Amino acid sequence: MEMLKGNHITVRYGDHTVVDDVSFSLREGQWLMLAGPNGAGKSTLIETISMGVPYTGAIELEGIDIRRYKPALLARKIGVLSQKNSVGYGYSVEEVVGLGRYAYTSSFLSSRDDDGREQVERSLALTGLTDLRKASVLTLSGGELQRTFLAQVFAQNPQVLILDEPANHLDLVYQRHIFSLIGEWLKQPGRAVMSVVHDLSLARRYGTHALLLNHGKCTAQGEINQVLTNENLRIVYDMDVYEWMQDMLAQWQ
Amino acid sequence: MAIMLLCICVGSVNIPLEDTVTALWNSLWKMEIPASISRSIILNVRLPRVLNVALVGAALSLCGAAMQGLLRNPLADGSTLGVSSGASLGAVLALALGITIPGTTYGGTMLMAMLFAFLSLAAILGLAYALDRSLSTNSIILIGVIFSMFSSSVINLVISFAEDHIKSITFWTMGSLSGTNFGHTRILSITVLLCGGVILRYARELNAFAIGEDNARHIGVNVRRVKLIILITVSVLIGVCVSISGTISFVGLVMPHMARMITGPNHKRLLPSSMFSGAIFLLLADLVARTILRPIELSIGVVTSLVGAVAFVTIFYRTRKAR
Repeated sequence: MEMLKGNHITVRYGDHTVVDDVSFSLREGQWLMLAGPNGAGKSTLIETISMGVPYTGAIELEGIDIRRYKPALLARKIGVLSQKNSVGYGYSVEEVVGLGRYAYTSSFLSSRDDDGREQVERSLALTGLTDLRKASVLTLSGGELQRTFLAQVFAQNPQVLILDEPANHLDLVYQRHIFSLIGEWLKQPGRAVMSVVHDLSLARRYGTHALLLNHGKCTAQGEINQVLTNENLRIVYDMDVYEWMQDMLAQWQ
Repeated sequence: MAIMLLCICVGSVNIPLEDTVTALWNSLWKMEIPASISRSIILNVRLPRVLNVALVGAALSLCGAAMQGLLRNPLADGSTLGVSSGASLGAVLALALGITIPGTTYGGTMLMAMLFAFLSLAAILGLAYALDRSLSTNSIILIGVIFSMFSSSVINLVISFAEDHIKSITFWTMGSLSGTNFGHTRILSITVLLCGGVILRYARELNAFAIGEDNARHIGVNVRRVKLIILITVSVLIGVCVSISGTISFVGLVMPHMARMITGPNHKRLLPSSMFSGAIFLLLADLVARTILRPIELSIGVVTSLVGAVAFVTIFYRTRKAR
């Protein structure tokens, strides 16, 4: 089943085209990795889905233009983890994660959120934050803050996860932990993930599909192994990625 | 309550606590008040003033807390949007041109202030919308600052042409609640009840904004709508306050910080506690303004800025040191 579909998306900042006529399709059970060098337009493409930037073209969720969804209904279906996470005031971890339930309790009519408590508890436990629940977010490390916002997205219980650099600030242990977690989450029916990754090994290890961007344009897309080939990567990164990866690995032998 | 009672007792003429309580109690139950008690001072002068001071303090502090959350900026307060400067301009024009409503002391000033508050709100939102349809925080702050500067320069221009009225203009712009009556109490309490209700209803959304506007959008907050509602509500509340009390600085900026130190940043607790602390702070400031140089009365704005700044620095320093 097709869950999310982008048709001819273009984003312009003045004369500068950041995303240039990109189309994509995200089906149930897929983990679509957005890869490409800095400034390729990956994060901007993610921003269009969370409606953070004006764009032309259309993005459809289950066949309906996302601009026609009410914000709270959209938030129940799409959860977004942004790259720029910071908090202005000293909220507790629990309060920030709890706000993930906003879409379920935003109106007077739906003010009861019976699953909410349980969902928040589970998210805290999954991201290893139970012990830090009362801590002020101002005192957290970058990785802990990243996990806090990831827990918030999990508490939101969406069908589609949109993640911009989920491994940002995470040490190796949590990188593996979080990626496996998302992999497990994806096994439930009716779910899909789209994420920006810089680490191509992580992309190959966990992704099912990939979209390679360069200067705002789509260079290749499809199944992960057919997209992240040495030829495609050479075009996009202008270097021999395979040789570099081998060289890195050789340091351990 | 105790502070309110104290504020009623103390003034240019001190009234014994016992007499004050008797007068209030008896008038509440519509009983005869003994002739020896200064009925008129207690019931017609002090009581409405104290109520008005508490309401204005609560409103200013609530607006400050809401704006600091909405704009995620600890330096914001109700005047950030520029509506209070617009209201001041209206009031100054009324004073300079001698616009009055027969039978009232400050009726003309109040009406002009309210009118200008609404005109400013329309102008500011119109400008902000024309500049940036998403009403981004930066555009709002920028336009607010520019609009305030513009209003201040027009005020200065008016003052330079209205030398006869300088004293009354200065006194008014520094803020004072002397001479306010139960009519003002009625207007203030209705506005605080309605606008306060709206702001408190949006406590969760304010939490989301305080964490970050992008995050608020991701979790499903209708960012533009909520922003517009809060900005309009705060402006109405500020407009009404300024039209009655003049511009009283510091309360809206600092009291939410004090409340945040006690109750934490969650707006469900922060908003009510800000109202409460704002009311108490302004009552005490008014008491000082009335009594410190008896029988001369200072502007309440002078006291809030002087006392508040010193108190805030002290408390802030101690809290930091204790950590």
